[in-house]
Amino acid sequence: MRVAFGEAILRLGEEAEDMVVLTADVAKPTQVAAFGERYPHRFLNVGISEQDMVDIAAGLALSEKIPVAVAFAPFMMRAWEQVRSTISRCNLNVKLVGTHSGLSASDEGSSHQSLEDVALARVLPNMTVIVPGDREEVKEATEAAVKSPGPVYMRIGRDEDVKFLDEPFRIGRAVVLRDGSDVAVISNGAITAEALAAAEGARVDAMVIHVPTVKPLDAQAVVSAARKTGAVVCVEEHSTIGGLGSAVSELLSSEYPVRVRRMGVNDTFGESGTYRELLEKHGLSAPHIRRRMEEAAEKRDR
Amino acid sequence: MSSAVELADLRHATDVQKLKERIREIRRSILEMTSIRGLHLGSSLSCLEIIATLYFLKMRHSPHRPRWKDRDRFILSKGHAAPALYAVLAEAGYFPKEELRTLKSIGSRLQGHPDLRTPGVDAPSGSLGQGLSIGIGMALAARMRGSRSRVYVLAGDGECDEGQVWEAMMTAAHLRLGNLVLIIDRNGWQLDDRTEEVKRKVPLRGKLESFGWVTYSINGHDIEKIIEVLDSAEKSELPVAIIAHTKKGNGVSFLEGTNKGHKLKLSEEEYLAALKELEAKPVCE
Ligand SMILES: Cc1ncc(C[n+]2csc(CCOP(=O)(O)OP(=O)(O)O)c2C)c(N)n1
Repeated sequence: MRVAFGEAILRLGEEAEDMVVLTADVAKPTQVAAFGERYPHRFLNVGISEQDMVDIAAGLALSEKIPVAVAFAPFMMRAWEQVRSTISRCNLNVKLVGTHSGLSASDEGSSHQSLEDVALARVLPNMTVIVPGDREEVKEATEAAVKSPGPVYMRIGRDEDVKFLDEPFRIGRAVVLRDGSDVAVISNGAITAEALAAAEGARVDAMVIHVPTVKPLDAQAVVSAARKTGAVVCVEEHSTIGGLGSAVSELLSSEYPVRVRRMGVNDTFGESGTYRELLEKHGLSAPHIRRRMEEAAEKRDR
Repeated sequence: MSSAVELADLRHATDVQKLKERIREIRRSILEMTSIRGLHLGSSLSCLEIIATLYFLKMRHSPHRPRWKDRDRFILSKGHAAPALYAVLAEAGYFPKEELRTLKSIGSRLQGHPDLRTPGVDAPSGSLGQGLSIGIGMALAARMRGSRSRVYVLAGDGECDEGQVWEAMMTAAHLRLGNLVLIIDRNGWQLDDRTEEVKRKVPLRGKLESFGWVTYSINGHDIEKIIEVLDSAEKSELPVAIIAHTKKGNGVSFLEGTNKGHKLKLSEEEYLAALKELEAKPVCE
């Protein structure tokens, strides 16, 4: 995922002349080093100082630049108050990109796994929150973020390398990847690939919807999926509190109340392990998802 | 009189000799861990002598009572050097050495970055720049209790980019925390590049002094120097900072002077070469 992001940033450098890329001593692992080499005058590595980086980005945005600030997702959270008080409060045109998100920093352990970042970004007014799913979508979402005004938080993983989308990315648009009538599985990030795999061999007819934009949420797509199936399972590489599952629950509780099951990391921290082991441990691999969606379909509200 | 001094010197000399032998053992463990999976090897080897000297010749602590209230405390603020800390703790007897092989594997007590599930770990880290503030809290608590407990914080030179480090620097000087020691692993590298390329740190010593810290500058691989300066720190009424000049990847010649070892997994070939180099070296360098 991060490789795709690095390619997108490098390519965008050509056309978006006002784009400035900032990072905090992680140019190499986040893959923006190539941009820095090609466009040194539009690149700033501030060292290990995320809070500094984020407010420098604010200053650039206040001077008509388009800053893209890039850090590991868990350490971007360190600058949350700066993002809140300056960037989101004043609707500044700053793009924040957190890499190594979710469980993808696997071996490094809980300090490096960001399972709360979507919640923290989503609660902020004016913020657009994007969790792209595959290589192509990472590229398209990067471009869309840079080209649309206002603050954006985008989180991407480390080394997951999946490809499952045909439709191009548009901010605020969900994509139905598989139609079905018994249960709707709503997910984002690379883990949508697991949800798809889960649906393939299932005993029930599952709809799979990929929702890369958590905010603004594609309300129409979510409500019509709930209406059609009467049972919803949300899957994300994030805490079950505050992320996509919460956003869907908040929407459906007022618009079309059905039971929503939230799959994610259940109010706990991660630990060291391989990425696959961690997905397994937190019940996020295809067989787990399949079981949950079969259960949900059987107990649905219609 | 003079014979007593000589006797003390002699004991000191054998202690140092023993420590050097232990460090060689610990180094072997760290290399072995790095042959199993990717680790921050270079970052661990630059501060190994510092951590080992603290645990074996300086700090008052007991592996049998890891939660003893009046123990001296150590905070590895540059948490990615966890392999060095774990290997020292195992050598000190906090947990079996065999457990080192489980580092970073699922269910292990040895996490990628330190947290409190590992016996002997005094503070969590992994997110850089937080250790000194935690150390202030501990040093304050010791002062409040009237305890002799001293607090040692080890930070990276790149880590000093974080604003929080300098906030804490001001706080500790203001509070005149003479029971707090900050050691900066001055290996000259951070993640992306050399420290002075990413963001200039010099004059580091001038900065520390101007913040009100008693500051020393030493060779961070020289055990005798480390002891000497830690001894003087005990007499200070102000917080003490030690700039320890080190080599990232110290002792593994194909890593020294580069940043290749920031994080890596040793291939079989590299592992054997590093081991061979370790065996070939006399214990006292
Ligand atoms: C707050 C925070 N930002 C970024 C990182 C990622 N990171 C891990 S190690 C490192 C470089 C550290 O350099 P230094 O402190 O000089 O330690 P060295 O490994 O060189 O000894 C970075 C940026 C982190 N762990 N924490």
